[in-house]
Amino acid sequence: MDTSTKLSTGLQLDSAPKIVEPTVYELSAPGRVGVGFPDPDVPLADLPDSLLRAELPLPELSEADVIRHFVKLSTFNYSVDSGFYPLGSCTMKYNPKVNEDMARLPGFANVHPLQPIETTQGALVLMYQLQEWLKEISGFDALTLQPAAGAHGEFTGTLIMRAYHEDRKDTKRVKMLVPDSSHGTNPATSAMVGLKVVQIPSDERGNVDLDALRAEADDTLAGMMLTNPNTLGLFDENVEEICQIVHDAGGLMYGDGANMNAMLGITKMADLGFDVMHYNLHKTFSTPHGGGGPGSGPVGVVAKLADFLPAPIVAVVDEGHEETFYVETGDEDDHHHHEDELPPLYGLVDPSKTIGRVKAFHGHFGILVRAFTYIAMHGADGLKDVSEYAVLNANYILAKLRDTYHVPYDRICMHEFVAEGRWKDAPDVHALDIAKRLMDYGFHPPTNYFPLIVHEALMIEPTETENKNTLDSFIDAMLKIAKEAHEEPELLHEAPQNTPFGRLDEVKAAKDLILCCWLPEDYDNQ
Amino acid sequence: MNIPTTLKYTKSDEWLDPKTGKMGLTDYAQDQLSDIVFAEALVDVDDDIEIGDGISEVESVKASAEVYASASGTITAVNEDLGDTPEVINSDPYGAGWLVQVEISEESDELMDAAAYEKYCENRD
Repeated sequence: MDTSTKLSTGLQLDSAPKIVEPTVYELSAPGRVGVGFPDPDVPLADLPDSLLRAELPLPELSEADVIRHFVKLSTFNYSVDSGFYPLGSCTMKYNPKVNEDMARLPGFANVHPLQPIETTQGALVLMYQLQEWLKEISGFDALTLQPAAGAHGEFTGTLIMRAYHEDRKDTKRVKMLVPDSSHGTNPATSAMVGLKVVQIPSDERGNVDLDALRAEADDTLAGMMLTNPNTLGLFDENVEEICQIVHDAGGLMYGDGANMNAMLGITKMADLGFDVMHYNLHKTFSTPHGGGGPGSGPVGVVAKLADFLPAPIVAVVDEGHEETFYVETGDEDDHHHHEDELPPLYGLVDPSKTIGRVKAFHGHFGILVRAFTYIAMHGADGLKDVSEYAVLNANYILAKLRDTYHVPYDRICMHEFVAEGRWKDAPDVHALDIAKRLMDYGFHPPTNYFPLIVHEALMIEPTETENKNTLDSFIDAMLKIAKEAHEEPELLHEAPQNTPFGRLDEVKAAKDLILCCWLPEDYDNQ
Repeated sequence: MNIPTTLKYTKSDEWLDPKTGKMGLTDYAQDQLSDIVFAEALVDVDDDIEIGDGISEVESVKASAEVYASASGTITAVNEDLGDTPEVINSDPYGAGWLVQVEISEESDELMDAAAYEKYCENRD
């Protein structure tokens, strides 16, 4: 029996969708318009034929058609505003709506980066203060807000490391070390800046294998990229020794700040020995994620790397004056003169040995406003609470699941943990089936098949914004699914059933990259 | 798990046929990767390669993996069919799923025979 359905987009589904929403092209009706204009009271002038395209396939719809179409599609989506989203390594916390209010303030929303700095002082002060806060949170001496995302921050940071060695004429340093638990972006960014990537294995406790590290720590070492807590959700117990080994060999330590949600107000990356680190504002500091982005990946550095940061950096360019000056009020009866001080002037400076610009203007400014708001709303104590609750929530789920799901590196976790989605006595069930079945219970699945050093990995990160009821419901679903896996595995293999679409064909999705309604050759024939 | 006795194996789950010089991914590796959707050779015919060089890039729905040379020598053939049908690495890892062929000048001294590789795989599970 063939239950597959061919959609006009070319997407092939294993099971028929329960809700079918046509495309805007299928909804189109000739002559339908969104806005009707009055008849012109001047003669019409025809556009030249050379500017007209008879074959341009634009849909014709009313405003209501368009709104209903996209609102309906939006209800097929699952978001952190609609439910629990324990996607490990992504820190899918609830994003407070006050962030959005602030980003929409006209003074921030309508500012242009080419305006004279005297007219954009509010925006510059915000960026300056955010730089100061982010420096304080991780103990760094200087920071750039430019990078557009985490991996872009990594690329910026590794360019800075390379520039540092080149500046010292220490050009034999061509090797970057990454642990086998690292994010794929670590080796990718190292390779992009022209460094040779060497992988270091993890030991049986999930830490970096120190002997393997020592064996690679020679005078060709540019540095090491380390996520801490690592992607197993574990704080590397030897992190200071790791930094020492790399430093003794003349290398620099890069900190991947993907997992900063476990660290706020508890320890500082620079104090542990890291020289350069990127933040993910879209993870730790509650700015929108993924398709709702854009992201932002500020990079902090220790003093010896400050001169290499991308240009420009926001700085105080004039300290201002204490001297009092008088304002003429124009009112002869008002003998009270206003006193004022000239406030500091914020502006832009280029670090002396800068690697150059890595992003147009100042990065994603609207995202910086949201992160600023989040930090301001929490304060120092509030940020520490964030990390403490994030770690508590992850350990609560771990404690409830560890007897049912095998956890290969089982010790107190930080903000997330990694379990195996497999059982010896349910050999046909895989992590993917568990993830799909969770959707039937109304949850977004955890990250699966990452990190690569855990078989059938399920990486669970609840974040601090979830209450105990939500955590209990999720734990309940995970325990039920484990039971189903042994007693009714077909429920897992056929999942999801309660979603707008059934299980998608991932092989076809990866192999047949047809993302438009018309192939270019068909388009020319129309 | 299928582990032919005529081949030699690496810790990173490549096989080498010492007679023909063909290299590929083991049954264990293809099972771990699951459905393979992309395979690309990183070398061309007549390239000289060293032990440990990347010879192919393989991508599945779960992960991407670089395949390393377990012998030094000169590339004599690259499996061009994998561009259109990478899934044969899943269905026939030791046959139609071969990746490259090498005129061997030196084999890695860390290669295992079938019995040692089988034991190595069991210990990892």
